[in-house]
Amino acid sequence: MRHLLDTRTLAREDALRILDTAEDMAATQQREVRKLPTLRGKTVVNLFYEDSTRTRISFEAAAKRLSADVINFSAKGSSVSKGESLKDTAQTLQAIGADGVVIRHPASGAPERLARSGWIEAGVLNAGDGTHEHPTQALLDAFTMRRRLFGEAASRGRDLDGMSVVIVGDLAHSRVARSNLWLLNTLGANVTFVAPETLQPYGARDWPVTVRHSLDEAIREDQPDVIMMLRIQSERMHAAFFPNEREYARNWGLDDARLAQLPERALVMHPGPMNRGLEISSAAADSDRSTVLEQVANGVSVRMAALYLLLSGERTEHA
Amino acid sequence: MTQNPGLLIRGARLAADLTERDADISVADAVDLRIADGRIVERGTGLQAREGERVIDAAGLVAFTGFVDLHTHLREPGFEQSETVLTGTRAAAAGGFTSVFAMANTLPVADTAGVVEQVQALGDAAGYATVRPIGAVTEDLAGERLSEIGAMAQSRAAVRVFSDDGKCVHDSLLMRRALEYVKTFDGVIAQHAQDPRLTEAAQMNEGALSSELGLKGWPAVAEESIIARDVLLAEHIGSRLHICHLSTAGSVEVVRWAKARGVQVTAEVTPHHLLLTEDLVRSFDPRYKVNPPLRRDTDVQALRQAVADGVIDIVATDHAPHPTEAKECEWDAAAFGMVGLESAFPIALQTLVQGGYASFAELEGLLSQTPAQIGGLLGHPSSLSVNQPADLVLVDPSGISVFDAQRLQGRSINSPYLGMELPGLVHTTVRRGYLTLDAGAVVDVEIVAAAAQAANAVQGAVSASVRGGTR
Amino acid sequence: MRTLLQASEISRALIRISHEIIEANKGSGGLVIVGIPTRGAILARRIAENISRIEGTEVPAFTLDVTMYRDDLAKHPTRVPQPTVMPPDGIDGATVVLVDDVLFSGRTVRAALDALNDHGRPRAVRLAALIDRGHRELPIRADYIGKNLPSAKNERISVRLVEQDDVDEVTISAEGEREER
Repeated sequence: MRHLLDTRTLAREDALRILDTAEDMAATQQREVRKLPTLRGKTVVNLFYEDSTRTRISFEAAAKRLSADVINFSAKGSSVSKGESLKDTAQTLQAIGADGVVIRHPASGAPERLARSGWIEAGVLNAGDGTHEHPTQALLDAFTMRRRLFGEAASRGRDLDGMSVVIVGDLAHSRVARSNLWLLNTLGANVTFVAPETLQPYGARDWPVTVRHSLDEAIREDQPDVIMMLRIQSERMHAAFFPNEREYARNWGLDDARLAQLPERALVMHPGPMNRGLEISSAAADSDRSTVLEQVANGVSVRMAALYLLLSGERTEHA
Repeated sequence: MTQNPGLLIRGARLAADLTERDADISVADAVDLRIADGRIVERGTGLQAREGERVIDAAGLVAFTGFVDLHTHLREPGFEQSETVLTGTRAAAAGGFTSVFAMANTLPVADTAGVVEQVQALGDAAGYATVRPIGAVTEDLAGERLSEIGAMAQSRAAVRVFSDDGKCVHDSLLMRRALEYVKTFDGVIAQHAQDPRLTEAAQMNEGALSSELGLKGWPAVAEESIIARDVLLAEHIGSRLHICHLSTAGSVEVVRWAKARGVQVTAEVTPHHLLLTEDLVRSFDPRYKVNPPLRRDTDVQALRQAVADGVIDIVATDHAPHPTEAKECEWDAAAFGMVGLESAFPIALQTLVQGGYASFAELEGLLSQTPAQIGGLLGHPSSLSVNQPADLVLVDPSGISVFDAQRLQGRSINSPYLGMELPGLVHTTVRRGYLTLDAGAVVDVEIVAAAAQAANAVQGAVSASVRGGTR
Repeated sequence: MRTLLQASEISRALIRISHEIIEANKGSGGLVIVGIPTRGAILARRIAENISRIEGTEVPAFTLDVTMYRDDLAKHPTRVPQPTVMPPDGIDGATVVLVDDVLFSGRTVRAALDALNDHGRPRAVRLAALIDRGHRELPIRADYIGKNLPSAKNERISVRLVEQDDVDEVTISAEGEREER
């Protein structure tokens, strides 16, 4: 695997390989020495053009646990904020010998440009680009679902065939929703999008997803195995996507009443950070069906797997 | 002052004689054309070469009246790093264009007599093409106050086409006033139809693909709704209206409806909208980023059919040069636009003539006669007949070649066609009786400048009694 | 291609190794049998079963994947690791017996020692190999050997075990020679 840019084009066997390798990575976290020497001498650069402490430290932890050297490059206060182009930054990284570049960027397609442009030879890992994709988030979500569904010992090699997943929130602007949609479909799950029409992606009508406007109806009809709540940004309120937070929470928030309506086995997921009381109630966030904290831990394992698969073997031209 | 040498073109087919769609060029008889003192002086067969004449063997070539681009960005003054009047008109000559209309979004904006006269003068001095400056509709393209339309019309540049292209004249009252005011000066407003409120920060055509790629959408309705409003205004006022770079099937239907009602509206399409679709954006390569954006295949097909039906009147390039750093970056940060002067004919040949949507004669209308009419271009030949001004182009419609960077003659290389196989070639371009493109090679700067001076001297001496472009 | 060891010879070798381990350890106390996947793990299970039967106590087998510790990762296409299952109480103070099918350059064992190091601090580490074919590149030797099989470096020695390959046998073939399955 030369780059990890999206889940839209990630083949099923590649996805399972990442998830199964992540199982091995997770196992090392139970040992006394939680570090592996595998990427010793390799340099991983976190190229973050958007503020994101959580994702960045997750990637940093992942790289360090594989003994790679980590360089953090954040846009604020760097030459980037003074107008240095993506191309020049990339070529600087190449010159200092970066083996892998983890990039988060507000422009959709920036990781793809970095990977295909020929400016660098490093492997490129998309940590979130605009409203396009966030592949490692989808992978850690799938990893979490798999582990909860089959248990730690029996997850290896399994996919999510037949699982019903409901995703709720600002889907139109969500790269997490998109990456999850493609990956879950690849792994055999059925996905439903729930949101007011203003927050549904324009193309969703043609995508392999059920579009609903009512969360209550989705819970009732789909009897989901997983309900994934996405963060609502109050800026959307100002751009007339919905009138106010109260109306949003009343219709699409996972409150205590809706939590009680969920099937017993249903998982409650959230990529974080959460707006408690807006898209998710505290009770839901803290219930034992909530996977919020293990999603964070699993994120490190999945990112270790991704970095390992990207950087350890012989580097070929084939993507 | 030396005179320009005469030219004898031997054995060309005239586009005007090729009136059937899908015709082989051999159905028309070959013709010889003798050119002297900036005019066609003889037309027949078996013409003998005179002393000092340059003979051009045009066997297998088709002769058109010189192409006229009603929509070009020459970038000077202000953006000379992308293009200048000199480099842009060299690119025009390479594409077979003898006249270009230069859009007003320069720096300073062409909203005063001073700027338009400067642009015209630069074009005349360079000599590669007749440069007709387009004046801005509103001051500084700000969309608030009408610019000095009268002053520009009455200047030496004699501006007749006014456009805020790059931006839309979106205020309805202002558009109304503009349509009324230009009637006074026999002018036409060329509208860049794009509702700004529906397209804030838009990046590509709005649809399933844009939401998959996470790029902000530019919905078709943002173009169609402005055209609908403007044709109704034009009808109400009784003025002429020209729509720039039509890009959607819906826009075609609006214009079709308006023409059926007798509205004096004309519409243009760019070569890229006749060929390329939004699927190319999957690569996130900004060479495909353009405004209006590349649309769906159904739109491309509708535009071709609209040309065949006469709903679309002309092909115009919207040649939009940009420096490499403006395209070598992430999509959101990239500039909108593609260069298109050199590739216009091959694409029109492939999509319209070879596609069966237009004959060569109709192509002469699309690329030469009709844009000259809409723009009120004086001194343009209405046909390749005796006494007509010698603005003409010889093209080779046969063969296929790879369009590479060598074919680009302007200063910028932001073409989406690099590496593509395209049919046909522009062979020779003649402006005012002298060569600007000679067997595929652009003629040297000094030679053209001198030839232009010589041609000017002759033109001044001869009365302009033959008006080429009539309304 | 020649067959070097048949099923019965493999079985006898493993039984002898099991007895040697018990003898050296003076019983089965503190023994942790750890196989290197794939076939080392299979052999570890067999050895552990042998020891359990001989001593009458339950001696489990474990697996230690060493992919992450290899020194030649960049020279091959990316390898996918196999599961690692180690004693839940760790290996501090235990006598670890590493088991692999073929001992060759010694690099796999070197990687295994590094991996073991990250799991804890055993009292001692011993090495059992079914085949020792020589050509060591590191100063590593086995404590228990099934069979010494001198070979040319470019010859291929293949170990097949019923649990994985439907048959128990050890074969040798020349470089490039097609293997019959």
